[in-house]
Amino acid sequence: MATLELQGLAKSFGNTKVLHGLDVKLDDGEMLVIVGGSGCGKSTLLRLVAGLESPTAGRILLDGKDITHVDPSKRDVAMVFQNYALYPHMSVFENMAYGLKLKGMPKAEIAKRVEEAADTLSLSALLGRKPGQLSGGQRQRVAMGRAIVREPKLFLFDEPLSNLDAKLRVQVRADIRKLQKRLNVTSLYVTHDQVEAMTLADRLAVMEQGVAAQIATPLEVFARPADQFVAGFIGDPSMNFCKAVLCAGGHGAKLAAGPEVALPGEASWGPEGMAVMLGIRPQHVVIEPGTGPLGFAVALEEPLGSEALLHGTLPDGEAFRIRVPYPAPQATALTISLPAAHLHLFDAQTGKRLEIA
Amino acid sequence: MERKTLFRGWLLPAALVAPQLLITFVFFFWPAGQALVESTQATDAFGLSTMFVGASNFLALLTDPDYHAAILRTAFFCVAVTILAMAAGLLFASFANRAIKGRFLYRTALIWPYAIAPALSSVIFVFLFQPQIGMITNLLARFGVNFNYTANGSQALALVILIAAWKQVSYNFIFYLAALQSVPRSMLEAATLDGARGLHRFRTMIWPMLMPTTLFLSVTNIVYAAFDTFDVIFALTGGGPGTSTDMLVVKVYRDGVINLDLGGSAAQSVLLMAGIIALTALQMRLTRGRAT
Repeated sequence: MATLELQGLAKSFGNTKVLHGLDVKLDDGEMLVIVGGSGCGKSTLLRLVAGLESPTAGRILLDGKDITHVDPSKRDVAMVFQNYALYPHMSVFENMAYGLKLKGMPKAEIAKRVEEAADTLSLSALLGRKPGQLSGGQRQRVAMGRAIVREPKLFLFDEPLSNLDAKLRVQVRADIRKLQKRLNVTSLYVTHDQVEAMTLADRLAVMEQGVAAQIATPLEVFARPADQFVAGFIGDPSMNFCKAVLCAGGHGAKLAAGPEVALPGEASWGPEGMAVMLGIRPQHVVIEPGTGPLGFAVALEEPLGSEALLHGTLPDGEAFRIRVPYPAPQATALTISLPAAHLHLFDAQTGKRLEIA
Repeated sequence: MERKTLFRGWLLPAALVAPQLLITFVFFFWPAGQALVESTQATDAFGLSTMFVGASNFLALLTDPDYHAAILRTAFFCVAVTILAMAAGLLFASFANRAIKGRFLYRTALIWPYAIAPALSSVIFVFLFQPQIGMITNLLARFGVNFNYTANGSQALALVILIAAWKQVSYNFIFYLAALQSVPRSMLEAATLDGARGLHRFRTMIWPMLMPTTLFLSVTNIVYAAFDTFDVIFALTGGGPGTSTDMLVVKVYRDGVINLDLGGSAAQSVLLMAGIIALTALQMRLTRGRAT
C-alpha cells in the first residue's frame, strides 16, 4: 500500500539521453502501464524505480519517502522479470521463500505465506519442483508468486507476458489484473503490447524517445490521443493519417488527396491555409458506393472473421486502411467518406492534437 | 550434437587415425608397458643382470614407511595447492567480472603465468626467495623472519605449494570467469530486490551456480598437483631438503634415476598411473554430467 511519485526523473548513458525528466504520481493501488516501442526508455524507467540503475536527475518518492538513493535491496519493491529470473538451483517453494527468509521471518509464517500464494496461483502441486521442470506459464506464475509473498509496497512488471504464447497471454493478463486489484498493490507495468496496455491499465503512459507523450486513462488515450504518435500507436489497426490544409474559415479541411471535408464542432480550427494532419480510425471510415467524396483503391483484403481489413491507397498515393463488416465489398475501387465526428486533428508541424478553444 | 561421417573402405580412416595412434603408442603404451615389465624385475646397480621378482617390488613399496610418508605428503600438497589455486582463481575472476576499465589488461596479466614454462617459473621464484640475495627474503629479514628454503623443510614445502598454485591460478581464473559470466544478471537482480546483498548473495546465488565448475576444477587441480608438478619442484628443491618436498612424482625420479632402484621406481610409476587413470575417469564422468 503506497503511493509512488516520480519527479523530473531523467537518465543518460554517456551522452545518450534515454529518459528526459518524467513526472507522474501513482495513487495507492493504482496500476500504471508504460507502453512504447523498443528504445523508448520504458525499461530504464522501471529499472530506475527498482534501483538497478541510478538516475541522472530527479527524485523517486515511495509513500512520500525519498528512495532515490536507497539500495535496491531495501526499497521493498518486487519485480517480475521478462525472463522470470527464477533461482534455478532452488525449488519453487525456496524461490518464493527466499525474500521472506532474508527478512528474518519465522519458518512457520513463511510456509503459511508461500502456501497461500501457491494456492492463489495454482502452484501448490509444484512447490517441490525446480524451475527447470516447469513450463513457461508455470514459471511465469512462480515469478508472480515470488513477488506477491513479500507483500511489497510496489510491484514492477517488466513485460512479464512476452515469453508466453498468444492464448496463454490473454489468460494470464486477466489473472494479473484480478490479482493486482485484489491485493491492491500499486504497480508499474511495462509493455510494448498496446492491447496488454489498454486492458491492464488504470492509467497509461505512452512513451516516445524518453518522453511521456501522454499519461491518461486507456479510454481517454484512445478517444483523445495527445499527439500523432500516440494516435498511431494506440489502436489496432492503427489510425489513418491524411495531410490537409484548413479552408472555409477553419471549418473545413482540404485533403491533399483532393476533396474538402467538414470538420466537427461549431468553432474555427484555425486560420485558413494552416497545415494539419487529419486522423481517422479504420473502423470509422464509411463506404458510400458511388456517392462518397473520396476515392480508395483496394490493394489487399485481410479477412478477420467477423470483419475484414482493406488495405489500399487514396488518390494521392497515401496508404489507407478501412475496417468493414465481413464480407467486404468486392471491388478494386471504392468511394468513401470521413465522418466529421470521428476526425482527429493534429498540428502538421508539432504533431500535437488540436482542440477548439 | 554428434556428427557422424561414414567412410567407404578402411584405408582412408586407418590413414587418418594412424599418426595419433603412432604418437600414443610411442609415447604412452610403449613406456607404460616397459614400466609394467620393469616393475616386476630387479636390476643390479650396474644394469648387468636382471631377474624376475613378481610382485615383490609392489609389496616392498606398500610396506615402506617412506612411501607412506610420501603419499601423505603428496596428498597434503595436492589439497593445499588445489584450495589455494582455486580460491585465488575465484577471487581474481570475481574482480575481473566486475571490472569495467582495464578489463582486458587485467585478464591478460592473469593468464600470463600459465604460458610460462614450469621450470622457468621456479627460477623466477628462486630470484625472489634466494636465501642470500632474494628480494622477498631480504624483505622478510627486515621483519625478523629468517627465510631459507634450502635448509628449512616447512619453508621449502610452503614455497613449492606457492609456486605450483601460482602456475594454476590462471587456469582456474579462466574457468571461473566464464562460469561467473554465465550467471544470469537478471537472477542476481531479482535476488537483490529480494533483499540479498554482498556475501550472502554470493553464497546463496552465485556459489551454487559455480558448483559444476568447482567440481570439475577440483579434480583437474588435484591431477595437476599430483602428477604435473615435477618440473616445478625439481627445479626448485629437487625434493629436499631431506624429504620435505619429496612428492610421489619426484620420488619416482629420485629412486629410479638417482638411486638406481629401477624396479622399485617402475612399480611406483605403475601405481601413479593407476591413480591418474582413476582420477581421469572421475573427471570425464563429471564433465559428461555437465554437458548433458
